[in-house]
Amino acid sequence: MFKEMFAISITALLIQNVVLVKFLGICPFLGVSKKISTATGMGLAVVFVITIAAILTWCVNTFVLIPLNLAYLQTLAFILVIATLVQLVEMFLQKCVPALYSALGIYLPLITTNCAVLGVALLNIQNNYNFLQMIVYSISTGLSFLLAIVILAGIRERLETSDIPKSLQGFPITLITAGLMAIAFLGFSGFSI
Amino acid sequence: MTNIIYAAIVLGGMGLIFGALLGIAGRIFKVQKDEREDEILNVLPGANCGGCGYAGCADFASNVVNGNAKTNGCPVGGNDCANKVAAIMGVAASEVERKVARVKCSGNNNSAGLKFRYYGIRDCIAASKLGGGQKLCDYGCLGLGTCQQGCKFGAIKVVDGVAKVDPDKCTACGMCVSYCPKNVIEFVPYTAKPFVTCNSKQKGADVAAVCKAGCIACGICEKNCPTKAIVITDNIAHVDPDKCTNCGVCVSKCPKKVIIR
Repeated sequence: MFKEMFAISITALLIQNVVLVKFLGICPFLGVSKKISTATGMGLAVVFVITIAAILTWCVNTFVLIPLNLAYLQTLAFILVIATLVQLVEMFLQKCVPALYSALGIYLPLITTNCAVLGVALLNIQNNYNFLQMIVYSISTGLSFLLAIVILAGIRERLETSDIPKSLQGFPITLITAGLMAIAFLGFSGFSI
Repeated sequence: MTNIIYAAIVLGGMGLIFGALLGIAGRIFKVQKDEREDEILNVLPGANCGGCGYAGCADFASNVVNGNAKTNGCPVGGNDCANKVAAIMGVAASEVERKVARVKCSGNNNSAGLKFRYYGIRDCIAASKLGGGQKLCDYGCLGLGTCQQGCKFGAIKVVDGVAKVDPDKCTACGMCVSYCPKNVIEFVPYTAKPFVTCNSKQKGADVAAVCKAGCIACGICEKNCPTKAIVITDNIAHVDPDKCTNCGVCVSKCPKKVIIR
């Protein structure tokens, strides 16, 4: 049991890293990775939203779509659930936890259209996870996004002060960096757990 | 057929339920916000430059409504914006004098002597950590363009090793001042008055030794000024814009040509 959960989380974190191996959620990965502090904020917001969205979509799928033989509506239904959820969470935070809202506030709307969230929701179904496995997988995937974006932000902070050829300054060097990170993460793919 | 109906009912139902849920939540979790905040935000320039001292235009607007910030607190919008903000807040507007940044240095590549050749990263702050920068004068502009990168309005450019401000583009947001490690940028009124383009507080002979374009505190401008608007303090000439009549005597008399309009 514990061994299985460990395998799922390590797989999600390193071997099948959501950004660097599965290439989901590239937009915020490149857009919000200029500073470690904002990258951490974005990463934590993603962990939070992915976990809650995965729980809700799993419930919708298991208790509504499957019994009615409507599994082919998953993508549509999940987008609906995720968009509503992010709106609700934003309202709730603004009213009840203003401190957290001002920390996560600007990142929450960005996550609504993040394909990593939808991706995790769909992968949970594809992999036939039960409730516990689904929760572990979702949290680990969120954490893997956090890991990747914080590493990239750290590298980009260093790149700020380095001597980069003019034609590569800004986004080109960021894309090269992300590519090299993806190659590095390929090294984990030899693991079998 | 039943499949399609089920699908329509399920998705439509979910949409309805979620819509209603959001509507109810919108009522429950409504945060009381002053309408004037949005109105003020609409008349602000929206550059989020932080020149007012708050974190962006929205923060400034909420502070105006709370009474923490003055209605004329936005240096970028100027009089026009201050009047509109004051009208929204229902108070009489007070005039803001339009200011622009100017660089108190004219020691360009030809006139300023160098301590060493600098090949490090193109950043004044980094250069200033190396023995105060590459120029022999410890007060002057380093000319590596940190202010230029920081300016959101494209108003400051490094020309020939010295930063120059375009007064028509400058909005006095203060970004360049906060970036400059040498504190060589100063705000002056927009109306063009003679301006001393030197920052060196060293004695005349020492200035002349390191820079061909430095104020040597000779006092010729002070003696010739008909309204006593120009005074030498700390080995450098200062123009008092209130007394200055813009006659231009100092500009023509200055032997080093550091007083310019």
